[in-house]
Amino acid sequence: MLKDITLGQYFPGKSLLHTLDARVKLVCALVYIVAVFLCFSTLSYAALLLLTLGLILLSKISVKVILKGLKPVVFIATFTAIINLFWVQGTTPLFVLGPITVYPEGVAGAIFMLIRIVSLVIGSTLLLTYTTSPMALTDAMERLLSPLKLIKVPVHEFAMMMTIALRFVPTLVTETDKIICAQKARGADFESGNLIQRAKALIPVLIPLFVSAFRRADELAVAMECRCYRGGEGRTRMKSLHTRPSDFATLLFFLGAAVGLFFLNTLSNALWLY
Amino acid sequence: MNKPFLVTEHLSYTYPNEGGEVHYALHDLSLSIEQGSFVAVLGHNGSGKSTLAKLLNGILVPTAGTVMVNGLDTRPEENIFDIRKTIGMVFQNPDNQLVSSIVEEDVAFGPENLGIEPAEIRRRVDEALKAVGMEDAKDRAPHTLSGGQKQRIAIAGVLAMQPKCIVFDESTAMLDPRGREEIMHTIHRLKNELGLTVILITHYMNEAAVADRVIVLNEGSLVLDGTPREVFSEVETLWKIGLDVPQTAELLHLLNQNDAVLKSGLIKGGVLDEDETLALLEKLLGGAK
Repeated sequence: MLKDITLGQYFPGKSLLHTLDARVKLVCALVYIVAVFLCFSTLSYAALLLLTLGLILLSKISVKVILKGLKPVVFIATFTAIINLFWVQGTTPLFVLGPITVYPEGVAGAIFMLIRIVSLVIGSTLLLTYTTSPMALTDAMERLLSPLKLIKVPVHEFAMMMTIALRFVPTLVTETDKIICAQKARGADFESGNLIQRAKALIPVLIPLFVSAFRRADELAVAMECRCYRGGEGRTRMKSLHTRPSDFATLLFFLGAAVGLFFLNTLSNALWLY
Repeated sequence: MNKPFLVTEHLSYTYPNEGGEVHYALHDLSLSIEQGSFVAVLGHNGSGKSTLAKLLNGILVPTAGTVMVNGLDTRPEENIFDIRKTIGMVFQNPDNQLVSSIVEEDVAFGPENLGIEPAEIRRRVDEALKAVGMEDAKDRAPHTLSGGQKQRIAIAGVLAMQPKCIVFDESTAMLDPRGREEIMHTIHRLKNELGLTVILITHYMNEAAVADRVIVLNEGSLVLDGTPREVFSEVETLWKIGLDVPQTAELLHLLNQNDAVLKSGLIKGGVLDEDETLALLEKLLGGAK
């Protein structure tokens, strides 16, 4: 049951999105998220949809995979859309259904909200997890945040913790599976009872898991010290990140797109669209 | 005779146990290990062999006596970095020594800590992965590899730091027979091709049998020290401290219990090789006819 957990799912490839500098992708993802929240009108939402479709095409990742990635947000997206549908008040009702009045503004709001959530998820996962290896991502974060070292923020330690956490996720998942099997073999029951009883049944799984995680941490710390680890100071990296002209172009494109989306709102208003 | 690379003098390590009395993990151990030698350290659980490993590169500091690595004392803090650069360690659990979720980046971890140029790290990583025969796995995630393969990656990680000596602290204990064979094969190659000093801490007799020198520890003290032949001829001593001997040595020892065989004087202690044993047995049977 734990085999389904995928964290930081990465699909190796050679598309334009894959080859971009991870730092640039990180910044672009931030710009993209801001851009999503700058959309208020039909035209800007249409442009956002186009931008997102363009990203999907560029990544060369199959649409099936991307739709699968949307599964966790289906509920929240539908819920928000429905709330918008019934809640937004307008001037002339579209139709009345008992106590519920639906306005055209509500329909538009619901569609906009759907586009907003879906593009938010697709855009950020495409840029950050699907096309960027977890290692490149932590590395990029460390470098982007490195100015914070001046005010004594332990940026390197933070990145190292992320790296180790990512490394140990599969190991601990396998271990949890083993412990569950071992406790089942001794007659533990995880499948019946109410929620509280089931939560209680997990205690005999969690305790050995924690004990083992601490032991692993201890051994890993010794192993790291043996390999001359002394923190970030005086450390070099095998893979240095390179920024190429295409990276700058992408960054400029994203900034331009964000500004463009914002001004499309005004244009949309001028044309009397929603 | 090579110059001594690792020297311990009257080395002791103690820790207080539950009753508050002092427990000796190692007691007055004086050893000298030459550069380029292959030394196996034998002992059952609690004999102090893992404590010895941790004392060699300054993870633990001696309570009494000294450890000198290539002329450097392990006690002063400023020597530690250079000592760890010289002595690499491979531990028991392969999972708990890999840092990164990509094989080649894990191998690069050591040289990165040493502050080496990126291009040189790249070269060393490729070389180290080749030396352990794992160059095809460089982009894989460690959790998709077998135990023996993970342990080979750990060895590559140590090799990339270009140490003079590698200590294997029961590195084969958690592996299946095939993984064990892979690791022993790798160790031999490293020893022969790169001339590394190898210290193999183990409780498998047949792994120790191929070393140049075998050191046997019991309850923190040195019991036996010599070539595998010399050490494994002391069958009774080894049995007394709860260790096994290689099957060939055991067979010949048991045969020697027989007066007739003993009188023939054909069997002298310390024969390890299977072919050699077979030849001896044939001679013995011929004599009986």
